Amino acid sequence: MSTVRDWAEPNPVTENRTGLIGKPVDRYEGRLKVTGTAPYAYEVETPSAPLYGHIVSSTIARGRITAIDTKAAESAPGVVLAWSHLNVPEQAARGARINPRSQRGANPALASDRVEHYGQSVAFILADTPENARAAGSLVRVAYAEEPADLDFLASLAKAGPAPGEEDARVGDFEAGYSASEVTVDGTWFSPLQNHAQMEPCATTAWWEGDKVVVHTSIQMVKGGQHALAETLGLPSDRVRLFTRYIGGGFGGKGQSYDDLTLAALASRASGRPVRVAYTRQQMFQATIHRPAVQMRVRLGADRTGRLNAMAIEAVTHCARNAPFVEHAANFARNLYAAPHRLTGHRLVRLDIPHAGAMRAPGEAPGMLSLECAMDELAETLGLDPIELRIRNEPEVDPDNGKPFSVRQLVRCMREGAQQFGWDRRNPVPGAVRDGRWYVGMGMATAIRGNFLLPAKAGLRVTGDGLATLTQGMTDIGTGTYTILAQITGETLGLTLDKVRVELGDSDMPPAPGSGGQFGAATAGSAAFETGMVMRRRLAELAAGDPASPLYGEDPTLMDFANGNIVLGNRSASLAALAGRAGPEGVYVEGSISPAADARDWSQHTYGAHFAEVGVDSVTGEVRLRRMFGVFAAGRILNAKLAKSQITGGMIWGVGAALTEANPVDPRFGSFLHQDLGGYLAPVHADIVNLDAVLLDEADDKANPMGIKGVGELGICGAGAAIANAVYNACGVRLRDYPLTPDKVLAALEAKGL
Amino acid sequence: MKPFAYERARDVDHALSLAAANPGARFLAGGTNLLDLMKLEIEQPSQVIDVGRLPLAEISETPSGGLRIGALATNTAVASDPRVRSRYPILARAILAGGSVQLRNKASVGGNLMQRTRCPYFMDSAKPCNKRLPGSGCSAMEGLAMTFALFGASEMCVAVSPSDMSVALAALDGLAETVRADGSVSRRPVETLHRLPGEAPQVDTDLAPDELILAVELPPPPEGGQAWRKVRARASYTGAIASVAVAGGQVALGAVAARPWRARAAEEALASGASPFEAAASELAHAAGEEGRKALVRRLAADVIREAREGMGS
Ligand SMILES: Cc1cc2nc3c(=O)[nH]c(=O)nc-3n(C[C@H](O)[C@H](O)[C@H](O)COP(=O)(O)OP(=O)(O)OC[C@H]3O[C@@H](n4cnc5c(N)ncnc54)[C@H](O)[C@@H]3O)c2cc1C
Ligand code: SF4
Repeated sequence: MSTVRDWAEPNPVTENRTGLIGKPVDRYEGRLKVTGTAPYAYEVETPSAPLYGHIVSSTIARGRITAIDTKAAESAPGVVLAWSHLNVPEQAARGARINPRSQRGANPALASDRVEHYGQSVAFILADTPENARAAGSLVRVAYAEEPADLDFLASLAKAGPAPGEEDARVGDFEAGYSASEVTVDGTWFSPLQNHAQMEPCATTAWWEGDKVVVHTSIQMVKGGQHALAETLGLPSDRVRLFTRYIGGGFGGKGQSYDDLTLAALASRASGRPVRVAYTRQQMFQATIHRPAVQMRVRLGADRTGRLNAMAIEAVTHCARNAPFVEHAANFARNLYAAPHRLTGHRLVRLDIPHAGAMRAPGEAPGMLSLECAMDELAETLGLDPIELRIRNEPEVDPDNGKPFSVRQLVRCMREGAQQFGWDRRNPVPGAVRDGRWYVGMGMATAIRGNFLLPAKAGLRVTGDGLATLTQGMTDIGTGTYTILAQITGETLGLTLDKVRVELGDSDMPPAPGSGGQFGAATAGSAAFETGMVMRRRLAELAAGDPASPLYGEDPTLMDFANGNIVLGNRSASLAALAGRAGPEGVYVEGSISPAADARDWSQHTYGAHFAEVGVDSVTGEVRLRRMFGVFAAGRILNAKLAKSQITGGMIWGVGAALTEANPVDPRFGSFLHQDLGGYLAPVHADIVNLDAVLLDEADDKANPMGIKGVGELGICGAGAAIANAVYNACGVRLRDYPLTPDKVLAALEAKGL
Repeated sequence: MKPFAYERARDVDHALSLAAANPGARFLAGGTNLLDLMKLEIEQPSQVIDVGRLPLAEISETPSGGLRIGALATNTAVASDPRVRSRYPILARAILAGGSVQLRNKASVGGNLMQRTRCPYFMDSAKPCNKRLPGSGCSAMEGLAMTFALFGASEMCVAVSPSDMSVALAALDGLAETVRADGSVSRRPVETLHRLPGEAPQVDTDLAPDELILAVELPPPPEGGQAWRKVRARASYTGAIASVAVAGGQVALGAVAARPWRARAAEEALASGASPFEAAASELAHAAGEEGRKALVRRLAADVIREAREGMGS
């Protein structure tokens, strides 16, 4: 096993020998996407004309199906078959595993008469057109025996229990430390249930080739989907070939497969035809996972200089009764600020609503909305600038475990951000700045998010035409994976991008863990890098050992790669010629990355600081972002344009979390109030004016051989808190109940007599 | 979506005779509301009569110095018409505050007037809703959504009209001109085109199934300044929580009733010298509903009236 010391050796990427690393090159697949020719899962060409499936969803939250009548649907125009739990083909039991290395258990659809949440699949129609399938779906009659259900999170707080397998993290004696503190803050924040709201719904196209099923589906993890389907169908994994080449947004919501995958495969087997199944927009809200609501009590105790003495975040969140999941809203605090007395932990309420699950920056996204506002309150109580307060609490080593930081540029992020944003123009007195009928204010908050490296592989082929083709069972969920893998491959082999091909999203390719937890680029990228280095050595050895090569007999370790050639002094051998002579298939190698044995001896995170200026309409309570700026430190940046797009996209998610996004559960039905993108208010262009971010120069040599880290989730962390703090600075209203919608802001203004 | 027949109308008479022959038919203009509702099976017309290509898109001067806007003029065309912009700026503003560019390019004046409520329970066919399924109950009454009627609601339905355009039209005393298959033409104020829910919330308007809107007519703009504002949680692409249109002494409130709500009490108060705030308060004194919403509309109406008076334009 390697150690981080092995990664410190200079290499083509860290030296950026041809200048491809960091370059803001356009997206590899951009043209296909903007011209509408990238085939998404629902659109791939099928070997013969497809049939279309439609899923019928439950309209109760909990109970039993006592009768289900699909007769009218079966005789509706174009219908090929109709399934319910009574006649769906046999599948493995939920969670079952027959393949020893399966990452996921079986995930059967329509498996029983039990209904566990509103929107659960209860019937499936297969028809000649999507319209006929959907029309027939509405003819299915279902009778239920409803059972009492827990649907209202805040009304069920008394039922909160410990998170499974977890204990509170306690350091020192929080209660004693808190009560001995000179200055305290005690507040309870609420972050609501939110949806991923991806553009592309979950969708699958499936067909069978003999005893093997081929599926094109929209999923973030190739192996996870392949294994889940194999287990559900009771097949060895190698009889499921899963493709997921283009994905119209995931954000964690497609980290798992849904019933579209299972039912498309089953229906294709039953009908002998290719089958397409997509979730409706309404089903995307009701039948996939969501970010659960979190209630957070934060208590801070400090001395008069602002040094934290006690810090607690106690979070209560919820998950589905039979699908445990914890939104770890308190964990980030353990690495962010030091205090001798600390308490962080989570409680869980089991509800009869759809499954809670991971959504972009799970934990930090809601969690930082509390602590980073509590810090703002503390700063105000102390009469300190919020940045100064944080600097006074900047730890020397990771407060959670005493480990040294690999690199921590949090203070620099705050200082540079303050300078570029013009933080010194902020009037610390709330309500002091007006622009016409608008109260204007500024706020800031920090950002922290962990960095991870998982094991991954990749394959690389160089052929006689001089092209290098990287293959990896990895996904690009719209983040830019194709592009950065092309850049890494180009840099390791000294090739320009027009000589590099990247093929992803195929379960037959060397596996990578997929996109999630902002580990994608570092993990898949490092595997691509290692594979490129394997290829370099192989080609150099070929050049040295091939009598036809101008470099015959030379020392392969001295050779360099540039412009499609292997170079030594003034002689060179072209990759194309070497690969051509090696055989008709060229040269193929595989490589892999795994975490260094000692990687966890350092505390590894990405950091940032957000600055926001908002206007609050003094008449209506509407909050509008006027400008937002962030400075981030996240290792070496592979592509300036894509990294910034990820970061600013994350910040925009923070704007939504702060101001508009929430989906309440209707406790009478167990359904969500909003079921489409007109009702669920994610920010639109008009909400985002003048939003920008800067990434600091950084290389984290403890992270991986390229010194890169994740950027996909960092931008959302803390972003909403900066906005809430700006709202307070604008109008003197402290709202702890997100999102800060006009009704809440106006009620608070009225309560202040404004 | 339920199967349906499609027919493209050759001319107005053809459209009307098709509609008269089939009371289950619906006119299709831009389709931005009707087709969405058909996909959700909330509208289930047996026949769709496409009026989208009828020559009813003209915007012309009237002899009295007003403007006649054809029912098929797109929202974009109306909002960008120089006569509208200079003489009826609140109409342009109101339209531009609605939907997105793509929607406004498709949406017609007639369709905008006739669009159905966006009450989330109306839009969800699994939920009880008296407007969608008479007698099934009203899920909104005890529900979670917040934009409910302050005026003119009934025990049966508290939904509001989602049209921004109609709020400005009501403030400007706009008239909707319609024609039926028997040739009868009528002109109704936009203000009262929509019924209040009463006992029959399923009936949005008094228009007969074979009645087609031909145009909206605006009288010359009233003396005095105009102003418009719309309140919403995000800056675009969402319906109003409340809106206000003011033209001279005429005030209309949006998203507070099943129709654009002419604030007659406020108008009378203004005419007798009340301040904008007093006028707004006198209107809201008649409102039913949640205090926060009333406070919002009171504050907003007062401020927009003030703005119109101070001639800050809209
Ligand atoms: C996401 C979204 C956001 C929106 N946001 C807003 C907003 O913020 N503000 C706002 O005001 N609107 C908003 N809208 C609604 C939009 O303005 C309407 O959908 C549009 O104006 C309808 O016009 P249309 O021509 O497409 O009507 P259609 O969908 O074709 O028809 C709508 C109805 O009107 C009837 N109809 C059409 N023409 C006539 C006629 N000449 N005579 C009689 N009946 C007729 C039809 O039969 C149908 O019942 C939004 C819509 C969407 C989808
Ligand atoms: S308010 Fe009206 S439209 Fe909404 S649920 Fe009640 S009856 Fe239906």
